[in-house]
Amino acid sequence: MQITLKFYVIELSKYVITVFMLLYTTLAVVCNFSQKKKLVSVLTSVQSGLMLLLLFLCFLDMTFVSGREEYLYLFAFITLFLFFMITIVSIIYDKSDRILLNNMALLSGMGLCIVSRLSFAKAFRQYIITLLSFAVCLAIPFLIDRLRFFRKLLWLYAASGIIILSLVLLTGRKTHGAFITYTIKGFTFQPSEFVKIIFLFFLAALLYKYNSFKWILISAVISGIYVIILVLSKDLGSALIFFVAYVMIVVMSTHNYLYLLSGLVGGAAASIVAYRMFDHVKVRVVAFLDPWTYIDDQAYQITQSLFAISSGGWFGNGLMQGRPSDIPFVDQDLVFSAVCEEFGLLFAICLLVICLCCFCRMMILSASIADKFYQTVVYGIGIMYIFQVFLTVGGGTKFIPLTGVTLPFISSGGSSVMTTYIMFFIVQGIVIKSRNYEARVERKT
Amino acid sequence: MKQEWKEKLKDFHPFKKYRESSPRFKSMVLINVSMFIFCGLFFFMIVYLSVFVSTSTIDLYNNSYNNREEIQIKNVCRGTIYSSDGEVLAETRYDENGNEFRYYPYGSMFAHAVGYSVNGRMGIEHDANYYLMHTGASLSERVNNDLENVKNPGFDVNSTLSVDLQKVADDYLGLYNGAVIVSEAKTGRILVMLSHPDFNPGTICEDWETITTTPGGSQLVNRATQGLYPPGSTFKIITALEYYREHPNDWQDYNYVCNGHIEHDNYRVSCIYGSVHGELDLKGSFARSCNSSFVNIGLSLDRDDWSNTMEDLYFNSPLPTGLLSNTSRAYIGTGSTDYDIMQTAIGQGKTLMTPLHLNMITQAIANGGVMMRPYMIDSITDENGKVIRSYQPDSVGRVMSEEEAEFLNELMRAVVTDGTAKVLNNDSYTVAGKTGTAEFAEDINESHAWFTAFAPADDPEICVTIIIEKAGTGVEYAVPLAKRIFDAYFAAK
Repeated sequence: MQITLKFYVIELSKYVITVFMLLYTTLAVVCNFSQKKKLVSVLTSVQSGLMLLLLFLCFLDMTFVSGREEYLYLFAFITLFLFFMITIVSIIYDKSDRILLNNMALLSGMGLCIVSRLSFAKAFRQYIITLLSFAVCLAIPFLIDRLRFFRKLLWLYAASGIIILSLVLLTGRKTHGAFITYTIKGFTFQPSEFVKIIFLFFLAALLYKYNSFKWILISAVISGIYVIILVLSKDLGSALIFFVAYVMIVVMSTHNYLYLLSGLVGGAAASIVAYRMFDHVKVRVVAFLDPWTYIDDQAYQITQSLFAISSGGWFGNGLMQGRPSDIPFVDQDLVFSAVCEEFGLLFAICLLVICLCCFCRMMILSASIADKFYQTVVYGIGIMYIFQVFLTVGGGTKFIPLTGVTLPFISSGGSSVMTTYIMFFIVQGIVIKSRNYEARVERKT
Repeated sequence: MKQEWKEKLKDFHPFKKYRESSPRFKSMVLINVSMFIFCGLFFFMIVYLSVFVSTSTIDLYNNSYNNREEIQIKNVCRGTIYSSDGEVLAETRYDENGNEFRYYPYGSMFAHAVGYSVNGRMGIEHDANYYLMHTGASLSERVNNDLENVKNPGFDVNSTLSVDLQKVADDYLGLYNGAVIVSEAKTGRILVMLSHPDFNPGTICEDWETITTTPGGSQLVNRATQGLYPPGSTFKIITALEYYREHPNDWQDYNYVCNGHIEHDNYRVSCIYGSVHGELDLKGSFARSCNSSFVNIGLSLDRDDWSNTMEDLYFNSPLPTGLLSNTSRAYIGTGSTDYDIMQTAIGQGKTLMTPLHLNMITQAIANGGVMMRPYMIDSITDENGKVIRSYQPDSVGRVMSEEEAEFLNELMRAVVTDGTAKVLNNDSYTVAGKTGTAEFAEDINESHAWFTAFAPADDPEICVTIIIEKAGTGVEYAVPLAKRIFDAYFAAK
């Protein structure tokens, strides 16, 4: 009887997981755009329950297929951690945004689940870093609420970002052909991840104060330096993210569509120059345009990724029943293909919709913030986040050329996870600060 | 309209609080625009992904760089391949130790058509690989199989191949190298697909070393679809078609006196065996396969039109078929010398053709000008016989007009009634065809023997194309094989 049950779980879990995910996603979309506070608070609790069921099924499935009980301990750990995160944040910061928090918890939980599946060894490190990130992040809303000097450090931001990136370019270690990591005492960092936050603060600090053409030009030069250093480090994905975030933020902040136009023209020109000048750009484009001709060489990674996606179909092969490890760097750049292969495309689309929900939530929150500095920061975080998702998912599915960035929360990699956590908690902090402020204003009047 | 939209926007929270001209309002609009841009971008990406997954799964599964088959090998027992009359052509069996092996009851007879599935794949084993390796077992069956540690049965494939006809062809071809294709005139279903030399797909692993290292050994090549041969006189079908296109109303007036050879620009082309055909019209030239007359015709043809006719018939472009095939070559253009023209008119020179291609052209003629896509898989069924997918005849399009097809039918009929294939002239069925002797060496006995035909001539059912390497003339060697196939086909009816 018990054994029969086991095989039913193995055969059926992929369908049930997809159904739970569809339900969760539907609720996420409803919550995101609903104005009814009571309804939202009920639905978010239902979401937490679904999250628990979802993760339980995933780990039960993995336990049955692999025959390793360790997976159940991992499930216990993740559940405890997510439960702890949601409750403690809700208690300490009662004005935090529960909708965003829920989606973040789900993405983080699924990320840990997928990393556990792909590599047991890497999973342990990922758990530690996630815990550490959360511990650091818990203080962020408090700091943002109390400290007032963030907007005054314009030149510190500009200089520190450039210095960090140049240091990596000049002295960093070469990882998979790109100078993007830096090792201090055995810990390997990818500083470009953290520099994203510095860059956003730099732009916000500049734009909330100055709007004139002269200052936009100055911001363009400094941002250009960031981007060029990244291109020289062969970190094309990050370079693109910085560039797109810059253009969108400037347009949002100045309300001048001409900057959008010049950004597009400049971006196109820069792409052509980069294509002509750098071989590593050319290789990506060639692999994108004609992957089947270069299948055993430049396009090996993308074609293996396409095999994985097509093999999964709509419902996937089932957890631990695919071959995602056939794809080079699957746990980092191409983790979305692994999701497609084992969970199926329906689940993967739900995951994308949840990412979009996070982004839309940030946009809605950003629109409601009166302080322009903080509004810009939240807006920038949203754009960077969603554009990164677009780059890695589009790249891994041959929708656009592959650039090699991580899928926030889902990919393994400490710097990526920590940066994303910090970004999401900065948003929470700013929202809390803004809601506190509104509450004070209301009390006075 | 714009005003109305703005009014609506104002009511929408949180816009209503702010004036339109305020910077706060403008930022909000832009933030919402960004939201829509990315939602749109993701929408397109999701649509793209859905289309990708629903259209490319089977193609990508068969790619040799894709190792996903390993997943199915663990829990699916490769399905069975049947002939059109329900005989097993390939199935999975277990030896006394419980090891799986692929069993081919007919040995090497279907070597190229059914193919093999280890050390790479070919034939139906390749084309239907996705289905053979996927299961239609229900949930409870799968769970039961899991419990008993038995593999799930893969889908079965019902092919269009006929064991009886394949056997006739295989027996006759014997030790000769060559190829035979038989297809249905109106559907494009392939009944026979034979290529010699062959190999035993059941022991391909053990024989691999020998097969791949034997010098000149090309057992793995499917000559029926991949072999490129000079078409010889069978190419006169295309030359005649071009002549008809240039002379639709007065082709009957064509007249030529054959004295055994033709000379032009110091080049000399002779009729086979030094025959002297005397006075001939077009039908007579075709029926008796007069080289001199066709060289004479070739020299009179418009080069561009001729080239277009060949392109219409899929020369120099991949054949419209899912079968692994080579591209036939024939070139007539401004750069061609008169010698090239003389050679091309009778299917010699640089002209090369696959037997499959000639069969498709024959089929188009038999089918009133409409070419059908040739196919070997009729349907896919699960282990209970329920049809999962069935393949329907698929037209490639019209490659010649009905009149042109009628004209070629008449010419090919004359080949049998009073031409080179008289052996086939009998009362039980009517055949129309064309013989060929492709010379590739000085010695006439070293020529390839061709024959392509269909029957019955007035309402065609099957098309037969035969090439026998180094056998001599088509008349002597290829025509008798066609007779046996037609006999077997019509006797069974």
